Amino acid sequence: MSVLLNKKTRVIVQGITGKEGSFHAEQMIEYGTNVVGGVTPGKGGQKFGKVPVFDSVAEAVKKVKANASTIFVPPPLAADAIFEAVDAGIEVIVCITEGIPVLDMMKVKQYLKNYPKVVLIGPNCPGLLTPDEGKMGIIPGFIAKKGIVGIISRSGTLTYEAMDQLTKAKLGQTTCIGIGGDPIIGTQFIDAVKIFQKDSKTKGLVIIGEIGGDNETIAAEYIKKNYKKPVVGFIAGQTAPEGKRMGHAGAIISGGKGDAASKIKFMKKCGIVMVNSPSEIGETMKKLLKKK
Amino acid sequence: MKIHEYQAKELFHRYGIPVTLGKVATTVKEAVSIAESMNGPVMVKAQIHAGGRGKGGGVKFCKTVKDAEVAAKNIIGMTLVTPQTGPEGKLVSKVLVCPAGEIKQEFYLAALVDRASAKIAFVVSKEGGVEIEKVAHDTPEKITTILIDPIQGVQGFQVRKMSKVLGLTDKEHQKQLYATVSGLYQMLIGTDASLLEINPLCITDKGIEALDGKVDFDDNALYRHPEIAELRDIKEEEPLEVEAGENHLNYIKLDGQVGCMVNGAGLAMATMDVIKLYGSTPANFLDVGGGANPERVEAAFKILMKDPNVKGVLINVFGGIVRCDRVANGIMEAVTKNNIKLPVVVRFSGTNAELGKEILKNSSLTFELADSLAEAAQKIVKLVKKGGK
Repeated sequence: MSVLLNKKTRVIVQGITGKEGSFHAEQMIEYGTNVVGGVTPGKGGQKFGKVPVFDSVAEAVKKVKANASTIFVPPPLAADAIFEAVDAGIEVIVCITEGIPVLDMMKVKQYLKNYPKVVLIGPNCPGLLTPDEGKMGIIPGFIAKKGIVGIISRSGTLTYEAMDQLTKAKLGQTTCIGIGGDPIIGTQFIDAVKIFQKDSKTKGLVIIGEIGGDNETIAAEYIKKNYKKPVVGFIAGQTAPEGKRMGHAGAIISGGKGDAASKIKFMKKCGIVMVNSPSEIGETMKKLLKKK
Repeated sequence: MKIHEYQAKELFHRYGIPVTLGKVATTVKEAVSIAESMNGPVMVKAQIHAGGRGKGGGVKFCKTVKDAEVAAKNIIGMTLVTPQTGPEGKLVSKVLVCPAGEIKQEFYLAALVDRASAKIAFVVSKEGGVEIEKVAHDTPEKITTILIDPIQGVQGFQVRKMSKVLGLTDKEHQKQLYATVSGLYQMLIGTDASLLEINPLCITDKGIEALDGKVDFDDNALYRHPEIAELRDIKEEEPLEVEAGENHLNYIKLDGQVGCMVNGAGLAMATMDVIKLYGSTPANFLDVGGGANPERVEAAFKILMKDPNVKGVLINVFGGIVRCDRVANGIMEAVTKNNIKLPVVVRFSGTNAELGKEILKNSSLTFELADSLAEAAQKIVKLVKKGGK
């Protein structure tokens, strides 16, 4: 089984004719994702390979029954694209775009409160991948293998690192969710844990966090009380100094808050098995699942 | 993007926030003539981006013009070391000279984007003029946070609550606080600021006034505020970080020995952590990004080599969209062209990793290759330690 995305999900790509959008839409189709259309305002009626292009998300919903969207539009237009997708009734939205102004995301986040069913993944994320079923975003398909572990990660390449190890450890993945590295994102760790909780095929979770904010600890608190399966965790940024932004807009220790050491300590206290190096994720999960 | 105090105050003024303005001087002569024009005691304040300037001797109260002259002489051209500049300090090229009124009370007021609630947070405290982090740590009950929904905007009841926290009883002061709070809110929304801080916000003989200003803008939104982007002072930034930015690299200088080159911010941080785990220290954070091509890899190498503390380099690439063979070609070119003699350990995984490794193996240059991040870190730490002996 999987969460959020499977073979039946009817995916569209917003920004399908752009440089990023067209490259990744092709990769998504190649991986076997059920891509039913694309959206680029002003290019409605054209074709992207075998896939129809529409002027608006609403048209794509009406004509090809789209129910999920992957957004590859440039930062100044990205919030608009998210609003449009929500407005058209799309319920799974993955926004890959990096560099969206934080005030734009603030509005999006407040707006989404009126739509409790909508799941927004990202922005500034690698997206979603369910092995052998489909991918929405940029996660390379060849490192994935159908299996039993769910991944939730703030970082792109660390998601790949974890996937690769789980594949090599013959555990594989149910679904991988890259939630994104921005200060304000749609789905947080805790939301993603709740999503995986409903999936009986997911036997364990990998949580990869970073410095900055307190979303990892909020999720850890929830896990302690409500999630009984093994969870392996890693927090990147133990060596990052305070006040310096480590690449991701959200990865910054400010006002003495959000440092790696206190997150790790808290997560351990909540029963999460924390690894010191991302190289240990796969083997650690293997041991935990054997014990059960 | 950070700006100077004098720039922050000019913006505050534009948004109707009562503020003690002043004038900027780059020479002692200018400072003296500004002080003379103010007809009374003045403050002479070093203009650098780091906080804690008073502690390092960069802020002086001057009763007379003569005092102001001495202060300006001492401060202009000094290398100011504060808790936020690091031990190397910052060269001061400008001072702000502003009138120094009688201060009756000092408060703290800041507006920032609160990531957890996705709202704008106002942080208020009666404890102004001191390090707010220390207040937050030692006496958290002395800090009040009020969240403002961007759809709702600043409401009267919220400002009345702040007034109460600060113990303002004078009607004029309450009005001035309202002007300050709504000005900060408008400015944050209007300029895409991520932090606006007034420390201290004072009651002087003239009423409520912002005596200092610290502002940080969202870099991602500068494209829609060209007038703000112009306020950037490149001299305040780490030169290697500026050079990296020009090459679309995300680089932050640290003070360790192992130079790192990684694709992806999370993996770059993890690489730094693992270097530390195996007993050495990272010299930098460097994310070459998703579009790593030979040119970028070469630019990255050049930046790493300009840091004299670097004793070895660890390259960690997990190929997704990035192809390891292309990175390998970039490494070959950079090492040959720049005649790099330091030990280099390369770890490739993902797209075309084997191809990348073959390219490096077949070269006449010597690279240490590794399969996992842990192995790569252990190798480079060993090599760096050997080189140091």
